[in-house]
Amino acid sequence: MVFMKINRLNQVYASVLIDAVYQMKNYPITLVSNVIAPFSVLILIILVSHGQLLSISIEGALITAMISSGVTLQIDLSHIKNDFKLQDMLISSPTTAFTYTLGMAMAALVNALPALTVLTILSFLFIRTNVVGLLTVLTVLALIFAFSVALGFMLSTFSTDIQQNRAFVSILTVILATIAPIYYPITYIPASIRDIAYLSPATYAAEIAQNAIGDLKLSASDLTIDWIVLIAICGVLFIIAIKKSHWSDP
Amino acid sequence: MEDLLECKNLTKQYGNALPALQNVSLSIKTKGIFALLGRNGAGKTTLIRILATELKQSSGSASINGMDTSNDAKKIREQIAVMPQEARLVPWLTPRQTIYSYLLYRGFSRSEAASKVAGALARLELGKYENTLNRHLSGGVKRRVLLTMILATEAKILFVDEPTTGLDPVIRADLWGKLNELKKTHFIFLTTHYLEEAERLADMIGILENGKLLGLGTLDQLRSIVKYQYSIRIMQGTTPDIETRIGEVIKSADGSTQIFTTETDAEEISKKLVREKKRFSIYPISLEDIFYYLVRKPIEEDTIHNPIGKNGVHED
Repeated sequence: MVFMKINRLNQVYASVLIDAVYQMKNYPITLVSNVIAPFSVLILIILVSHGQLLSISIEGALITAMISSGVTLQIDLSHIKNDFKLQDMLISSPTTAFTYTLGMAMAALVNALPALTVLTILSFLFIRTNVVGLLTVLTVLALIFAFSVALGFMLSTFSTDIQQNRAFVSILTVILATIAPIYYPITYIPASIRDIAYLSPATYAAEIAQNAIGDLKLSASDLTIDWIVLIAICGVLFIIAIKKSHWSDP
Repeated sequence: MEDLLECKNLTKQYGNALPALQNVSLSIKTKGIFALLGRNGAGKTTLIRILATELKQSSGSASINGMDTSNDAKKIREQIAVMPQEARLVPWLTPRQTIYSYLLYRGFSRSEAASKVAGALARLELGKYENTLNRHLSGGVKRRVLLTMILATEAKILFVDEPTTGLDPVIRADLWGKLNELKKTHFIFLTTHYLEEAERLADMIGILENGKLLGLGTLDQLRSIVKYQYSIRIMQGTTPDIETRIGEVIKSADGSTQIFTTETDAEEISKKLVREKKRFSIYPISLEDIFYYLVRKPIEEDTIHNPIGKNGVHED
């Protein structure tokens, strides 16, 4: 009996090919969609604010791109699992849940790359910050990406059909993108309902990022709390995702 | 000799529902095609998913090449490949991209995967479709691509769950040809509810009903379960003396009557039906007859119609 040497890196690469590279190559419309996706709200906010919220909006669009990666991942994973049964073929293969999920997360990132490239160029043009600010924003983006990917993977394992999928997408969008002040400072939300925004982890991410680029002044204690809450939420979600996700049926 | 595949008292219970599998025991020692027959909901997919390490059994055990499906799942997964029921190709990929990606998932290097894709596509005569988007392929070609995916892995144990369901007879016959080729070098665990498929392809057949294995053996061995050699189907009802002279008469809802009978009686009944100008057909007992015979009979606890050995063990 001969056991082959498994190339784990190629398992990750396979997901990137299927869910990003081949998709954009064979369906170029997805490339166009990936480029323009984060710009709808960005343009709207810039127009309505007469350019006042330009830098916050760009930074908000970056956060949205990361959140969208998780939402898209959830849709794609559910689609591949429920409609194509590819996940069943992978469970009974040398692929592991970790390499598959990592690969799909990388695919989500590759899908977001066109938009991220444009947003990065805009950031360099319109956002003034120092190295610490830049690193802070990158860390926040990485955390929110990890959060949305873990959430997307976990929800996909529970989703059994397209209706559930839609429901999950709606809930995710509301929690992560709608109630959080991503494109504007939290002070724009009336004080009486401001606490609702803090139900979303994206709010803490946005506050930290807005503070880093100088568009929001947070006290040291508020900033510390934001970091603690954001990291804690990501950590807890990761643990829940690992424990509760169903890679295969029980 | 080590069993290629073995199940011992395999049971699967989903919640409080009736068990999907009940004490299924079987053993297969050689390559070829093992066809698991059963109606929708009989438990075929549950069994295949347990053997393919996708699902845990509630009790009992299963092993492949001596490796336990629960404890040695990782090792087993390197040696098996599965084509699930209702598997569909990702529409935005081409067959080449589909197979290449799947081989990368299997852990092959990029160069190995690339070289295997070409060979596998040629083997199943898919070369001319290799760069066509999957969504443009016909149903039959799609199934062949799925089959090529698992074939390209070089796994010698293939699980194929209802591969021809929904295909037209011509495409089905084409796939049967491919499977017949493959069985010379592979062990194929095939589930189907097409009796003809099992009859044409299988070296060994299992019959599953309500989670219980009712019969196991070669077609000839299964024939011996039914004590009659011939089946007569009468289209317009029977005469009373025919009904009383033999034991196995089944009346169908469509008004036809089926009689299982011995060779001697078959000849006599035929003559009588000819004299009475009845419309009827007569043929040796087929797998379909065996299937209906077994499925119709009340199932006794822990009873298996196994003409080839104790506990469903196939001694090849």
